Amino acid sequence: MEPLRFIAEDGARADPFPLSPEELTRGYREVVRARVFDERALTLQRQGKLSVYPPYKGQEAAQVGAALALDPGDWLVPSYRETAAALACGLSMSQAILYWRADPAGWRYPDDLRVLPFYIPIATQLLHAVGVASAGRYQGEDWVALTFIGDGGSSEGDFHEALNFAAVFQAPMVMVVQNNGWAISVPTEKQMRNPRIADRAAGYGIPGVVVDGNDLAAVWHVTREAVARARAGEGPTLIEAVTYRVGPHTSSDDPGRYRSADAGAAWLARDPVSRLRAALEGLGVWDDAREEALRAEIAEEFAAAVREADAAPEPEPQQIVEQVFETMTPDARAAWEVLRRG
Amino acid sequence: MTVTTPDRPQVAPESATATTTYREAVREAIRAAMRADDRVFLMGEDVGRYGGCYAVSMGLLEEFGEERIRDTPLSESAFVGAGIGAAMAGMRPIVEIMTVNFSLLALDQILNTAATVLHMSGGLFNVPLVIRMATGGGRQLAAQHSHSLEGWYAHIPGLKVVAPGTVEDAGGMLAPALTDPDPVLIFENALLYNREGPAPDPERPVDLVHAAVRRPGRDVSLITYGGSLHKTLEAAEALEQSGISAEVIDLRVLRPLDTETVLASVAHTHRVVLIDEGWKTGSLAAEVIARIGERAFYDLDVPPARVCSAEVPLPYAKHLEEAALPSVERIVAAARKVVGGG
Ligand SMILES: Cc1ncc(C[n+]2csc(CCOP(=O)(O)OP(=O)(O)O)c2C)c(N)n1
Repeated sequence: MEPLRFIAEDGARADPFPLSPEELTRGYREVVRARVFDERALTLQRQGKLSVYPPYKGQEAAQVGAALALDPGDWLVPSYRETAAALACGLSMSQAILYWRADPAGWRYPDDLRVLPFYIPIATQLLHAVGVASAGRYQGEDWVALTFIGDGGSSEGDFHEALNFAAVFQAPMVMVVQNNGWAISVPTEKQMRNPRIADRAAGYGIPGVVVDGNDLAAVWHVTREAVARARAGEGPTLIEAVTYRVGPHTSSDDPGRYRSADAGAAWLARDPVSRLRAALEGLGVWDDAREEALRAEIAEEFAAAVREADAAPEPEPQQIVEQVFETMTPDARAAWEVLRRG
Repeated sequence: MTVTTPDRPQVAPESATATTTYREAVREAIRAAMRADDRVFLMGEDVGRYGGCYAVSMGLLEEFGEERIRDTPLSESAFVGAGIGAAMAGMRPIVEIMTVNFSLLALDQILNTAATVLHMSGGLFNVPLVIRMATGGGRQLAAQHSHSLEGWYAHIPGLKVVAPGTVEDAGGMLAPALTDPDPVLIFENALLYNREGPAPDPERPVDLVHAAVRRPGRDVSLITYGGSLHKTLEAAEALEQSGISAEVIDLRVLRPLDTETVLASVAHTHRVVLIDEGWKTGSLAAEVIARIGERAFYDLDVPPARVCSAEVPLPYAKHLEEAALPSVERIVAAARKVVGGG
């Protein structure tokens, strides 16, 4: 299987092309938002204003493209890497900043946002996606669950259990593997013998698709088809989005310890953002003025988000025991009193 | 070795009196909950056609169908994880795990997600999931099938852990567990399934809060739960014959612990023996004694004692297994020693 692609590295569009110019413009906007957030978040982290932050540079199209295929009412079940997907699903930048600032206010998303918390234990979230998807079926809802995992995560038992379980029950879900070449320091070729993760779908009797993860049009298109299949009761799909982790694993990581400085050089030419811009220019719907306006708008969105996050009240120590059980237990109440007194 | 269906009985005839078995009490509680609430469904290994490996769900498939009595693939992590996802998305799943030994394959889901999501989502996502599992030894099922790990689970903040020791609790605890917004683990000691007793009375619902004084007494507090309750009551009977009045406390709820009931008992008996089928080191018995030490040290006339399982993998041979488990004789001996009679 070769990765499906609709936009060449130079921005040339395949014919037929799956997205309208309006969709492509919307996708570009989200991809630039994601890029700006990521770059500035990493800077904030370096300034000591965020806690550990897992950047996703280079993977914006894989996440945004998949997220845009969802309808209102659908669910996103992300791992730590998927801030871009969460932003595209409606998480506000200020909320995301507070989240990665480790502020409890950041963990509490708006009630109507169908985005689960970022999960850290690798692959655990895939099973929650199966459950969320099935819950819709039980309740007569037609929602679909979209979940993500990395190439390294595909070695976990939960990856296999989730695919098998989802397949057996034809759960309306879509699983996107972002094959970004690395699991911290371990390259994909040391992670698996067959590097085509999408091939594994056959083992579970479900469709598997491999797509150029740096091509927003391709990711959006295949995810949209997978979401439609899921909604129609035709079960789950495994999508492998081939991409590259351009930056460090997290803000605490130094990739120089395990890969050469030019390891990802070829990937810079495949950058999802500039490629998309070239495609829009090719369509004649984009120019420098529009680019400038968009960049200015997003810069202001980020600046406003930082102001909002900075204005959030300091969390109180006793808050830590408030949300362990729905109602505080006698022990928790006693701990609460002690913490409050300081 | 074939490990299949320990003490799997014939379906018992409908009883006209107000007594029933532990097994039937659980079954009827599931049936009532499923009739009352469309969001409740049962899933696990062999719960459908087979009726559950301890025959608890026998007959429920016929009434509720495959969607709501769901036989799952052999995937503990998957069905617990899917239960968590479904609970977060509006359902009230009952997940059955064959035995506590196999729950270890789902430990990540139980600890890292079920017990943490409320906290991680700033209070937005509850996990109203009920997980039932068999626990305990005494059936010659050897070292990978017989342990009592409920004390481990009681170590985890965010989980409610209950151990019904009576028929009334076996049936009565399910309804409050299902309405509880927090995840509840129900440990059913497998030796109790055939035990008969007064049926749960819908007019007198039980709670998931209090320990119960199963037998009042003056000279010594015998504190226990689950499968050891009946051995302890028998021991109390034997002690009575020799003039020792033992109070029997059934903890019922292992997390959060009802410390007040324990302390009230110690305050008038001044002597205490803990009976716990778990291993002694780091046990629930140790926790209860620590609490007594912290808050009622000067109420004690003598050091507390413990009757726990031997610190070995549970033996296969009958007499060796018996030697490893708490027995009526060991409880009587420990109580006599504490009271000063032996
Ligand atoms: C169960 C589990 N094991 C190990 C870790 C530590 N860990 C965090 S990220 C990571 C690598 C994951 O790689 P991959 O799945 O390829 O995703 P990526 O980080 O590249 O997005 C590891 C080993 C973890 N979080 N969870």
